[in-house]
Amino acid sequence: MEINWLLLREIISCAFILIGVSFMLIASIGLLRFPDFYIRMSAITKGSTLGLGFILLGMGIYFNQADVLLKVLLIILFTSATAPVAAHVIGRTAVQNKIPFWNRTDLSEFREYLAKWHLEQLVNQDKYREEELAKKQSDESEVADTAGKA
Amino acid sequence: MSIFQITLVVAMVMLSVSLMLTAIRFYLGPTLPDRVTSFDLFVANVIGIILIYTELTDNQDFIDVAMILSLFGFLGSISFAYYLMRTTK
Repeated sequence: MEINWLLLREIISCAFILIGVSFMLIASIGLLRFPDFYIRMSAITKGSTLGLGFILLGMGIYFNQADVLLKVLLIILFTSATAPVAAHVIGRTAVQNKIPFWNRTDLSEFREYLAKWHLEQLVNQDKYREEELAKKQSDESEVADTAGKA
Repeated sequence: MSIFQITLVVAMVMLSVSLMLTAIRFYLGPTLPDRVTSFDLFVANVIGIILIYTELTDNQDFIDVAMILSLFGFLGSISFAYYLMRTTK
Protein backbone atom coordinates (compact mmCIF):
# COMPACT_ATOMS: atom_id res chain seq x y z
CA MET A 1 0.00 0.00 0.00
CA GLU A 2 1.28 3.42 -0.99
CA ILE A 3 1.40 6.15 1.65
CA ASN A 4 0.75 9.71 0.54
CA TRP A 5 3.63 11.42 2.36
CA LEU A 6 2.67 14.94 1.30
CA LEU A 7 -0.84 14.53 2.71
CA LEU A 8 0.57 13.08 5.95
CA ARG A 9 3.00 16.00 6.34
CA GLU A 10 0.22 18.49 5.64
CA ILE A 11 -2.04 16.92 8.28
CA ILE A 12 0.67 16.81 10.98
CA SER A 13 1.81 20.35 10.19
CA CYS A 14 -1.76 21.66 10.32
CA ALA A 15 -2.33 20.02 13.71
CA PHE A 16 0.86 21.54 15.12
CA ILE A 17 0.04 24.97 13.72
CA LEU A 18 -3.51 24.94 15.09
CA ILE A 19 -2.25 23.96 18.57
CA GLY A 20 0.36 26.74 18.47
CA VAL A 21 -2.08 29.36 17.26
CA SER A 22 -4.58 28.49 19.98
CA PHE A 23 -1.80 28.89 22.58
CA MET A 24 -1.02 32.35 21.16
CA LEU A 25 -4.72 33.27 21.26
CA ILE A 26 -4.98 32.11 24.89
CA ALA A 27 -1.88 34.16 25.73
CA SER A 28 -3.33 37.34 24.28
CA ILE A 29 -6.69 36.77 25.98
CA GLY A 30 -4.71 36.44 29.22
CA LEU A 31 -2.86 39.65 28.43
CA LEU A 32 -6.19 41.40 28.06
CA ARG A 33 -8.03 39.90 31.03
CA PHE A 34 -5.58 39.39 33.91
CA PRO A 35 -5.66 41.97 36.70
CA ASP A 36 -2.01 42.77 37.31
CA PHE A 37 1.13 43.57 35.35
CA TYR A 38 3.15 40.67 36.79
CA ILE A 39 0.45 38.03 36.15
CA ARG A 40 -0.03 39.32 32.61
CA MET A 41 3.71 39.13 32.00
CA SER A 42 3.95 35.52 33.17
CA ALA A 43 0.95 34.55 31.02
CA ILE A 44 2.28 36.00 27.78
CA THR A 45 5.85 34.79 28.32
CA LYS A 46 4.91 31.14 28.73
CA GLY A 47 2.04 31.13 26.23
CA SER A 48 3.80 32.91 23.39
CA THR A 49 7.00 30.85 23.72
CA LEU A 50 5.09 27.54 23.60
CA GLY A 51 2.81 28.70 20.79
CA LEU A 52 5.68 29.95 18.65
CA GLY A 53 7.54 26.67 19.23
CA PHE A 54 4.54 24.66 18.00
CA ILE A 55 4.10 26.83 14.89
CA LEU A 56 7.81 26.56 14.05
CA LEU A 57 7.80 22.78 14.51
CA GLY A 58 4.79 22.45 12.24
CA MET A 59 6.51 24.47 9.54
CA GLY A 60 9.72 22.46 9.83
CA ILE A 61 7.76 19.22 9.46
CA TYR A 62 6.00 20.50 6.35
CA PHE A 63 9.12 21.56 4.44
CA ASN A 64 10.98 18.28 5.15
CA GLN A 65 14.46 19.70 4.46
CA ALA A 66 17.51 19.72 6.66
CA ASP A 67 18.39 23.41 6.37
CA VAL A 68 14.85 24.57 7.12
CA LEU A 69 14.73 22.28 10.15
CA LEU A 70 18.08 23.68 11.36
CA LYS A 71 16.80 27.25 11.05
CA VAL A 72 13.60 26.26 12.88
CA LEU A 73 15.56 24.68 15.73
CA LEU A 74 17.76 27.80 15.90
CA ILE A 75 14.73 30.08 16.20
CA ILE A 76 13.17 27.79 18.88
CA LEU A 77 16.43 27.78 20.87
CA PHE A 78 16.76 31.54 20.56
CA THR A 79 13.16 32.27 21.58
CA SER A 80 13.18 29.92 24.55
CA ALA A 81 16.49 31.42 25.74
CA THR A 82 15.58 35.09 25.34
CA ALA A 83 11.91 35.26 26.39
CA PRO A 84 12.54 34.43 30.10
CA VAL A 85 15.49 36.84 30.17
CA ALA A 86 13.41 39.68 28.78
CA ALA A 87 10.54 38.90 31.18
CA HIS A 88 12.93 38.84 34.14
CA VAL A 89 14.49 42.18 33.20
CA ILE A 90 11.13 43.88 32.66
CA GLY A 91 9.72 42.45 35.89
CA ARG A 92 12.75 43.67 37.83
CA THR A 93 12.36 47.12 36.32
CA ALA A 94 8.67 47.10 37.22
CA VAL A 95 9.41 46.25 40.86
CA GLN A 96 11.95 49.05 40.97
CA ASN A 97 9.46 51.48 39.43
CA LYS A 98 6.84 50.56 42.09
CA ILE A 99 4.26 49.10 39.71
CA PRO A 100 1.44 47.99 42.07
CA PHE A 101 0.74 44.32 42.79
CA TRP A 102 -2.73 42.83 42.73
CA ASN A 103 -4.18 42.99 46.24
CA ARG A 104 -4.81 39.21 46.37
CA THR A 105 -1.22 38.25 45.51
CA ASP A 106 0.53 36.31 48.28
CA LEU A 107 3.60 38.44 48.95
CA SER A 108 4.87 36.89 52.22
CA GLU A 109 8.06 35.37 50.75
CA PHE A 110 8.77 38.52 48.77
CA ARG A 111 8.35 40.63 51.91
CA GLU A 112 10.77 38.37 53.83
CA TYR A 113 13.32 38.80 51.03
CA LEU A 114 12.88 42.56 51.05
CA ALA A 115 13.17 42.75 54.84
CA LYS A 116 16.35 40.69 54.65
CA TRP A 117 17.93 43.18 52.24
CA HIS A 118 16.28 46.33 53.68
CA LEU A 119 14.28 47.12 50.58
CA GLU A 120 10.84 47.53 52.17
CA GLN A 121 9.96 50.75 50.37
CA LEU A 122 9.69 48.88 47.05
CA VAL A 123 6.39 47.10 47.69
CA ASN A 124 3.24 48.86 46.65
CA GLN A 125 0.26 46.58 46.97
CA ASP A 126 -2.24 49.00 48.46
CA LYS A 127 -2.88 51.19 45.45
CA TYR A 128 -5.88 49.24 44.16
CA ARG A 129 -7.34 49.00 47.67
CA GLU A 130 -6.93 52.76 48.12
CA GLU A 131 -8.71 53.38 44.83
CA GLU A 132 -11.59 51.12 45.90
CA LEU A 133 -11.83 52.90 49.24
CA ALA A 134 -11.86 56.31 47.58
CA LYS A 135 -14.59 55.18 45.18
CA LYS A 136 -16.68 53.80 48.05
CA GLN A 137 -16.25 57.00 50.06
CA SER A 138 -17.25 59.19 47.14
CA ASP A 139 -20.35 57.04 46.60
CA GLU A 140 -21.27 57.35 50.27
CA SER A 141 -20.79 61.13 50.22
CA GLU A 142 -23.03 61.37 47.14
CA VAL A 143 -25.68 59.36 48.93
CA ALA A 144 -25.32 61.61 51.98
CA ASP A 145 -25.61 64.72 49.79
CA THR A 146 -28.80 63.53 48.16
CA ALA A 147 -30.19 62.58 51.58
CA GLY A 148 -29.31 66.03 52.96
CA LYS A 149 -31.02 67.79 50.05
CA ALA A 150 -34.10 65.66 50.54
CA MET B 1 -8.59 25.97 -2.20
CA SER B 2 -7.72 22.74 -0.50
CA ILE B 3 -8.43 21.97 3.14
CA PHE B 4 -4.75 22.57 3.92
CA GLN B 5 -4.84 26.14 2.66
CA ILE B 6 -8.15 26.82 4.39
CA THR B 7 -6.67 25.63 7.69
CA LEU B 8 -3.67 27.92 7.27
CA VAL B 9 -5.90 30.89 6.49
CA VAL B 10 -8.00 30.12 9.58
CA ALA B 11 -4.79 30.05 11.65
CA MET B 12 -3.77 33.42 10.22
CA VAL B 13 -7.18 34.85 11.10
CA MET B 14 -6.83 33.60 14.69
CA LEU B 15 -3.39 35.21 14.94
CA SER B 16 -4.83 38.46 13.60
CA VAL B 17 -7.54 38.39 16.29
CA SER B 18 -4.89 37.89 18.97
CA LEU B 19 -2.92 40.79 17.43
CA MET B 20 -6.02 42.95 17.83
CA LEU B 21 -6.44 41.93 21.49
CA THR B 22 -2.79 42.80 22.07
CA ALA B 23 -3.35 46.18 20.45
CA ILE B 24 -6.27 46.82 22.82
CA ARG B 25 -4.00 46.10 25.79
CA PHE B 26 -1.34 48.36 24.22
CA TYR B 27 -3.93 51.14 24.12
CA LEU B 28 -5.34 50.53 27.62
CA GLY B 29 -2.14 49.54 29.44
CA PRO B 30 -2.05 51.57 32.64
CA THR B 31 1.74 51.61 32.90
CA LEU B 32 4.72 51.67 30.57
CA PRO B 33 5.97 48.09 31.31
CA ASP B 34 2.54 46.83 30.26
CA ARG B 35 3.08 48.41 26.88
CA VAL B 36 6.58 46.95 26.60
CA THR B 37 5.34 43.40 27.29
CA SER B 38 2.43 43.79 24.90
CA PHE B 39 4.94 44.90 22.28
CA ASP B 40 6.79 41.64 22.99
CA LEU B 41 3.64 39.65 22.27
CA PHE B 42 3.09 41.79 19.18
CA VAL B 43 6.44 40.70 17.78
CA ALA B 44 5.72 37.04 18.60
CA ASN B 45 2.36 37.23 16.77
CA VAL B 46 3.95 38.85 13.73
CA ILE B 47 6.59 36.07 13.65
CA GLY B 48 3.78 33.50 13.70
CA ILE B 49 1.97 35.23 10.82
CA ILE B 50 5.19 35.35 8.78
CA LEU B 51 5.78 31.62 9.38
CA ILE B 52 2.28 30.65 8.31
CA TYR B 53 2.61 32.84 5.23
CA THR B 54 5.87 31.05 4.44
CA GLU B 55 4.08 27.72 4.56
CA LEU B 56 1.17 29.04 2.51
CA THR B 57 3.34 30.36 -0.35
CA ASP B 58 6.14 27.72 -0.19
CA ASN B 59 8.73 30.49 -0.24
CA GLN B 60 11.55 29.71 2.15
CA ASP B 61 13.15 33.17 2.15
CA PHE B 62 10.80 34.44 4.83
CA ILE B 63 12.26 32.18 7.54
CA ASP B 64 15.29 34.48 7.74
CA VAL B 65 12.91 37.41 8.26
CA ALA B 66 11.36 35.56 11.22
CA MET B 67 14.82 34.90 12.70
CA ILE B 68 15.90 38.54 12.46
CA LEU B 69 12.55 39.70 13.84
CA SER B 70 12.83 37.49 16.94
CA LEU B 71 16.33 38.91 17.54
CA PHE B 72 15.11 42.48 17.23
CA GLY B 73 12.13 41.93 19.51
CA PHE B 74 14.43 40.72 22.26
CA LEU B 75 16.78 43.69 21.75
CA GLY B 76 13.85 46.12 21.82
CA SER B 77 12.40 44.89 25.10
CA ILE B 78 15.84 44.69 26.79
CA SER B 79 16.82 48.18 25.71
CA PHE B 80 13.47 49.58 26.83
CA ALA B 81 13.83 47.97 30.25
CA TYR B 82 17.36 49.38 30.54
CA TYR B 83 16.10 52.84 29.58
CA LEU B 84 13.31 52.66 32.19
CA MET B 85 15.80 51.59 34.86
CA ARG B 86 18.15 54.43 34.02
CA THR B 87 15.59 57.23 33.86
CA THR B 88 13.79 56.55 37.13
CA LYS B 89 16.82 55.99 39.38
